[in-house]
Amino acid sequence: MIEKTAAELASALNNGAISSVELTQVYLDRISAHNEQLNAFITVCEESALKQAQAADEKRANGDNSPLLGVPMAHKDIFCTEGVTTSCGSRMLSNFTAPYNATVVENFNAAGAVMLGKTNMDEFAMGSSNETSFFGPVRNPWDLERVPGGSSGGSAAAIAADLCGMATGTDTGGSIRQPAAFCGITGFKPSYGRVSRWGMIAFASSLDQAGPICKSAEDAALMTNVMAGLDIKDSTSADIAIEDYTAQLGQSLEGIKIGIPKQHFAEGLSAGVEQSIRDALAEYEKLGATLKEIDLPNNHLSVSAYYVVAPAEASANLSRYDGVRYGYRCENPVDLEDMYKRTRSEGFGDEVKRRIMVGTYALSAGFYDAYYRKAQKIRRLIKNDFDEAFKEVDVVIGPTSPHTAFKLGAKTDPVAMYLEDIYTIAVNLAGLPGISIPAGVSDGLPIGMHIVGNDFAESRVLNVAHQFQLATDWHRQKPTLGGAGD
Amino acid sequence: MEWETVIGLEVHVSLSTKSKLFSGTASEFGAEPNTQANIFDLAMPGTLPVFNEEALRMAVKFGLAIDAEIGKRSVFDRKNYFYPDLPKGYQVTQLDFPTVGKGSLTINLEDGSERIIGVTRAHIEENAGKSLHEDFHGMSGIDLNRAGEPLLEIVSEPEIRNAKEAVAYLKKLHSIVRYLDISDAIMAQGSMRCDVNVSIRPKGETELGTRTEIKNINSFRFVEKAINSEVQRQQDVIEDGGRVEQETRRYDADRDETFSMRSKEFANDYRYFPEPDLLPVEIDDEYIDTVRASLPELPDARKARFVTDYGLSDYDAGVLTATREMADYFESVAKDSGDAKLTANWVMGDLQALLNKNDWSIGQSPIQADRLAMLIARIKDNTISGKIAKTVFETMIENSSGVDEIIENQGLKQVTDSGAIEKLVDEVIANNPDQVQQFKDGKEQVLGYLVGQAMKLSQGKANPGQVNQLLREKIS
Repeated sequence: MIEKTAAELASALNNGAISSVELTQVYLDRISAHNEQLNAFITVCEESALKQAQAADEKRANGDNSPLLGVPMAHKDIFCTEGVTTSCGSRMLSNFTAPYNATVVENFNAAGAVMLGKTNMDEFAMGSSNETSFFGPVRNPWDLERVPGGSSGGSAAAIAADLCGMATGTDTGGSIRQPAAFCGITGFKPSYGRVSRWGMIAFASSLDQAGPICKSAEDAALMTNVMAGLDIKDSTSADIAIEDYTAQLGQSLEGIKIGIPKQHFAEGLSAGVEQSIRDALAEYEKLGATLKEIDLPNNHLSVSAYYVVAPAEASANLSRYDGVRYGYRCENPVDLEDMYKRTRSEGFGDEVKRRIMVGTYALSAGFYDAYYRKAQKIRRLIKNDFDEAFKEVDVVIGPTSPHTAFKLGAKTDPVAMYLEDIYTIAVNLAGLPGISIPAGVSDGLPIGMHIVGNDFAESRVLNVAHQFQLATDWHRQKPTLGGAGD
Repeated sequence: MEWETVIGLEVHVSLSTKSKLFSGTASEFGAEPNTQANIFDLAMPGTLPVFNEEALRMAVKFGLAIDAEIGKRSVFDRKNYFYPDLPKGYQVTQLDFPTVGKGSLTINLEDGSERIIGVTRAHIEENAGKSLHEDFHGMSGIDLNRAGEPLLEIVSEPEIRNAKEAVAYLKKLHSIVRYLDISDAIMAQGSMRCDVNVSIRPKGETELGTRTEIKNINSFRFVEKAINSEVQRQQDVIEDGGRVEQETRRYDADRDETFSMRSKEFANDYRYFPEPDLLPVEIDDEYIDTVRASLPELPDARKARFVTDYGLSDYDAGVLTATREMADYFESVAKDSGDAKLTANWVMGDLQALLNKNDWSIGQSPIQADRLAMLIARIKDNTISGKIAKTVFETMIENSSGVDEIIENQGLKQVTDSGAIEKLVDEVIANNPDQVQQFKDGKEQVLGYLVGQAMKLSQGKANPGQVNQLLREKIS
């Protein structure tokens, strides 16, 4: 039962094979058995989860069969959840209980989903390995010595280890897709503005986007149906009609044009990953798609541009953590400056401080034009590259990450870590929808395939992923939990 | 050496929107600390701003009132600095693309002359909260009621040449925003605040001197005094061979001098960048036209109309239109009483004196427009004389009864009965034989004295016209 997709769980609930309370208890037990090892959850909400499950069962008994009613899930600890600690993976908010729900949380509550708890993450979503969390690293269920990717590593590990039926994540430069790739699951970042950011703790406002972390493209579509939509509380949420994202899932790929960016198959890509992605592309050809090499000439600028824009925005977004109103405050401050300095020195971890400093520098008088303004120009060039590409192709496909999950502690150089997101970052800078789905296994570790669509082409991206999952079973591959699995 | 002063003003007015600039919280003055602060105002993690369109409409209104360019695309920026009463650690403002661009306004000086002063720009931004440094035993209290209130910062060109012009500029701004009904603009409550940039240079020089900025002056009078004292200080510094430092200063009203707050070395680098949580605000001609259509008659136009419609002097029209409330009051009294000139005299004379004495605004006047109109009407229909009217006016301050009731109760009704007046006149003639003779000898002025005696005898109640006429008849 535990390994089922959310869609399958919903049908098991519908046909009475199991109740939501029973299912919730199964997952809670599993979390208590494996979380110590994986560290995927920061907070587990046993009592409220069972209450929600009870309510879902009652609704179902009364004839409600909403698609995700009673399905147990987890929220990344970046989403504010009323009355529940919302830490964002930081000491700064380790004592912070949110007084309100994020729109995403509110939407899942309304859909009748059951929240099992809050998942671990890189501190303030800054990281690609989940090693920057104040609550310790998350371990990859495929190999406990390896990272799950980040920043949504807790959600990705929880899905891979079947600790929940579905989970939420956020993606600023690859934070849904890269952990999805490392953990052998499905992770979808919708277009910027498709999902409300209200109540989602900001890292880089112009890049942050919430999305599903789950077991199939079909689940991603079901979750997107719940998550997407205009929200008057988020001025940057898109005033573009939402769709039933499951509606196009049955469409054939006959005649569809797939762009293969030559920059994504260049130096640095590991042989195992390249082979799996080429095999997957061959599979797409069998499904009727045609392949076309495309050029994303400014792709090589994306990491540099990102590491100006994102830290710049973060440096301002994180100014509110000053010890004045909530969150961590240092002991016995002697004066205001002492309080600011020690609160922030003690409350933030190294990577967060590094990015605040980089961002502060990039925005400083005299450097603004050279860094921030230039980065914004590059951002437009990158978007133009994609606009050109989408004149010729329907989707762009490549690897999600140049390699499989690396070992904990293996990447100590921050820049090496930043290069982790070399294939995913441009998609955030351009605001496009992108999904990572499992496309192979190399040396016992899963490989993620990255499918990118044009602005608000969520339905197409989801169907291209779904058709692959209908034809293959990479997404059904399961880790052994380091031999500790059941 | 002869010096020339160069002044530029930065004026913040709180826009009187129903809710804050980016949150739905109300923003009334004087509420209990922190009762008007929601999760956004507290900068809770994950909260986002939603722009209050009412503030935009008010800013555009102001822009149109000063004939300014209206920014069809305004962009909000973050201005970063740490302070406990700035919850987000940045203030959202408009740096490069303000809603209101270049405009101008006409200031009226005491000698009756006018000058046009350029306005560089006016941008929308959010207010900070308030730090309270007393009553917390060595700690500071933070009140976030004000945090996030919408402000319009109006920046003048450095075209103001002395303290009096600065005050005239402030008064005109005050008048305009009140006419537009976009701000209470009460300096004492902080809903209008003024920062003054002052520099001096030798007369004839075209380069600007080093300026100082005097922050947060909270009355027109202090603006004038602060400028005069700062100009004098700068002259003294330069004439003693020193150099004026570019710095922020504060005016100490008790000592009537400015003192240094922080110098350039502590100057903040605000690291402005476009606010990514808000989209640029775009408006079209139709929007601007709709706002234009909603503009009320503005002070300059109303003044011109008062001159033409009511036959007032330029000066009187200027005084009566200085505030919208005063102009409304005047027009209401003038219409109801049917005598604009008499109304102008009363409003600018006795009423203004009463308001000044008690430091009341026109809205606080115990004599409402309809009551003053009735009083003037009773002068016009000869029920009371102008002199008795002053007595009635005094009574009206304390007593909310109607004008007629007061006249009746106090027996102040004018005597117009010719028999009674004849008796008075006869008595005066009998008591003042010398003066009567002088009049008969051709000393015309004496008649005034005799009329006065008759009025006195009647305790002011006799109709002076009738007395005059009858006296003349009898002694000519």
